[in-house]
Amino acid sequence: MTSIQPPSETIWWKQPLDRVEGTWIALALVWSLIMFIMMPLWHVYGKQNLSNEAYRTTPEAFMAKTQAMVDQYTVRTETNQNMPVVHPPPGSDVYLIGRLWQWWPLLELEKGQTYRLHISSMDWQHGFSVQPVNINTQILPGYEMVLTITPDTSGDQTIICNEYCGIGHHNMVGKIYITEGGS
Amino acid sequence: MKNQEFRTCPESGLQFHKPAETLMRLNAVVAVVALLVGGLTALAVTLTRWPTVHWLPADRFYQLLTTHGINMLIFWIIFFEIAVLYFCSSTLLRCRLATPKLGWVAFILMVLGAVLNNVSVFSGNSSVMMTSYVPMPAEPMFYLGLILFAVGALIGCFIFLGTLVIAKEEKTYEGSIPLVTFGALTACIIAIFTISMGAVILIPTFMWSMGWIANIDAPLYRLIWWGFGHSSQQINVAAHVAVWYAIAAIVFGAKPLSEKVSRTAFVLYIAFLQLASAHHLLVDPGLSSTWKIFNTSYAMYLAVLASMIHGLTVPGSIEVAQRAKGLTKGLFEWLRKAPWGNPAFSGMFLSLIGFGFLGGISGVVMGTEQINIIIHNTIYVPGHFHATVVIGTTLAFMSLTYFLIPVLFRRQVFLPGLAKFQPYIFGIGMMVFTLVMMGAGTLGVQRRHWDMAFTDSAIGFDYPASAFTLMGLVGISGMAAIVGGAIFVLITVVSVFFGKRVESDSSYGTETTRLMKAPPSIQPQGGHAAAGKWGFAAPGTFVLAVFFLAIFVVYYWINWKYLASVWPMS
Repeated sequence: MTSIQPPSETIWWKQPLDRVEGTWIALALVWSLIMFIMMPLWHVYGKQNLSNEAYRTTPEAFMAKTQAMVDQYTVRTETNQNMPVVHPPPGSDVYLIGRLWQWWPLLELEKGQTYRLHISSMDWQHGFSVQPVNINTQILPGYEMVLTITPDTSGDQTIICNEYCGIGHHNMVGKIYITEGGS
Repeated sequence: MKNQEFRTCPESGLQFHKPAETLMRLNAVVAVVALLVGGLTALAVTLTRWPTVHWLPADRFYQLLTTHGINMLIFWIIFFEIAVLYFCSSTLLRCRLATPKLGWVAFILMVLGAVLNNVSVFSGNSSVMMTSYVPMPAEPMFYLGLILFAVGALIGCFIFLGTLVIAKEEKTYEGSIPLVTFGALTACIIAIFTISMGAVILIPTFMWSMGWIANIDAPLYRLIWWGFGHSSQQINVAAHVAVWYAIAAIVFGAKPLSEKVSRTAFVLYIAFLQLASAHHLLVDPGLSSTWKIFNTSYAMYLAVLASMIHGLTVPGSIEVAQRAKGLTKGLFEWLRKAPWGNPAFSGMFLSLIGFGFLGGISGVVMGTEQINIIIHNTIYVPGHFHATVVIGTTLAFMSLTYFLIPVLFRRQVFLPGLAKFQPYIFGIGMMVFTLVMMGAGTLGVQRRHWDMAFTDSAIGFDYPASAFTLMGLVGISGMAAIVGGAIFVLITVVSVFFGKRVESDSSYGTETTRLMKAPPSIQPQGGHAAAGKWGFAAPGTFVLAVFFLAIFVVYYWINWKYLASVWPMS
């Protein structure tokens, strides 16, 4: 029962390595380094990276910017709550609010165009999950995250809240309509 | 003198110090009570997430999910870990326990904290999940309970350290501490870091809930809370790896392939595991990619390397012990002829396989900075941690319990025939459960979500039918695991409180014996590896390990491929 007994050599770190251990450690170390290198490599060669761009903000300041965009680019309203649907020009700054318990406003983006999407929370923590494309990020109150996105799939996307935010959490659903655009 | 009451267990040869024995028993029993609360709420939560059943209303679901998370991840595991710490110090080193009275204080604080926290959640005003992310408020009592529990657990850690000092001072053992105690020491060091992080964040959060502090920064809370929340799972890893080694030693008389490798792997845990707080912040605003890459990879995956080493050396040590007994045919005779009917072994082995293949691989994949984008907060995440914490830690602790019932509690195991099957029902049920959960997560099904059909939502969303099927399978396999868990609680409770006593004599006295060094290993003709193949002492284990690595590599690339299909973003 030697794993629960003191080792026969008190100076255990001088014990020789078994060949099976040495071989496995070499394999595992190489694999660990490959996995480590993959992340910086993907920043250079991959297309799906989160930006490091984020700002401190306040609910009031962020609301004002979002309201300005809604006033300018609303194309229609939907649902019995008259949720505005905005169609901002490609390349522009798009603002999205997460709050108890809705994503506001609804967005309409053109396929293949790039947008700077700013997201913040008005109250608690929320999760920005775009389905079915399956993109998930964390949204925090007091912080404005900026994602530069290029929707390159056809078909409308739904924004689901995936950070638990109280009793209405499962009803916090928003929309990103994707239009084929003129390009 | 009370402190001189020792008994030796005739079957195992272990020596118990009476006050330590009492504290181990109490902590283990309360752990099982927490497991029972966690299990009952698991039933309720699973029956709600099973789409065709969808049992509870939303408020009750979120409340019981909070209860389930905290009782399982914190109370069950840490109570048991305190018992393991006392066992690995006082019992394994044949030493009196340091300050048993403080051990009682620790125990009472932990029980009080657990009760306060549970009462707060049951009152309905603290359905904030285990993470209690600010600024979503819980009652002050919620945080206070966790703080008291943490203080108690911290005292338990220092009693462990104190016992090591006494054992050294009173020379109760020869040479260096055993590997299993070394593993427990690793767990204890990580626990002290972890609990300190908990105090650093929960005390201000308590003050905030009392209205004494105006605001707690959300990302700051997340960073420090996960220094507690994730690191506490690292205590589990160190503890259950120590338990694997212990069971290999108890069942097979296994010795580590080399002390150097196994101990260095534990040291890697101490140095790098805590960086994993970052795993939860990979898609958060305000942190740089450099920070994320360094931390999420435990600085170049050195803690993953440590787990991969243990994954080889634990079964490797069993293989060597079995081969020494003459089970040398082919690559796997040692494994085929292992005591699969002994729940202490079968549970431990399923724990090892499940932790590595399901929990380990999924954890590394989803902890990759960019891949986290397609996994964060989906039900993939609980799929992963049920593989690590439930199959890894809980099943390992269950297997140890089968050994402890006769040795520590001096009772015979109730329904031994049923006990033989328990690890399989629980372990395999849980393996299927975690797999289908991860499958559903890949399809974008959310965690902590009451209604994947969005019936009450103004906008709504339709998941593919396969997502519903997978969540149905989550329900069915979850039921199997819960049956396995219920059998465990039944066997344990009946054995401990109503079981037949073990007949052999193990009376208390003042006599103690010193723990002697292992005899120098006798090398077979032609060296350690002669019983193996290719110059490897454990060729079967090596083949299994390479198989593991192959699956790991393939699954890792599949996920990059999947990531490449989502919208370009920067």
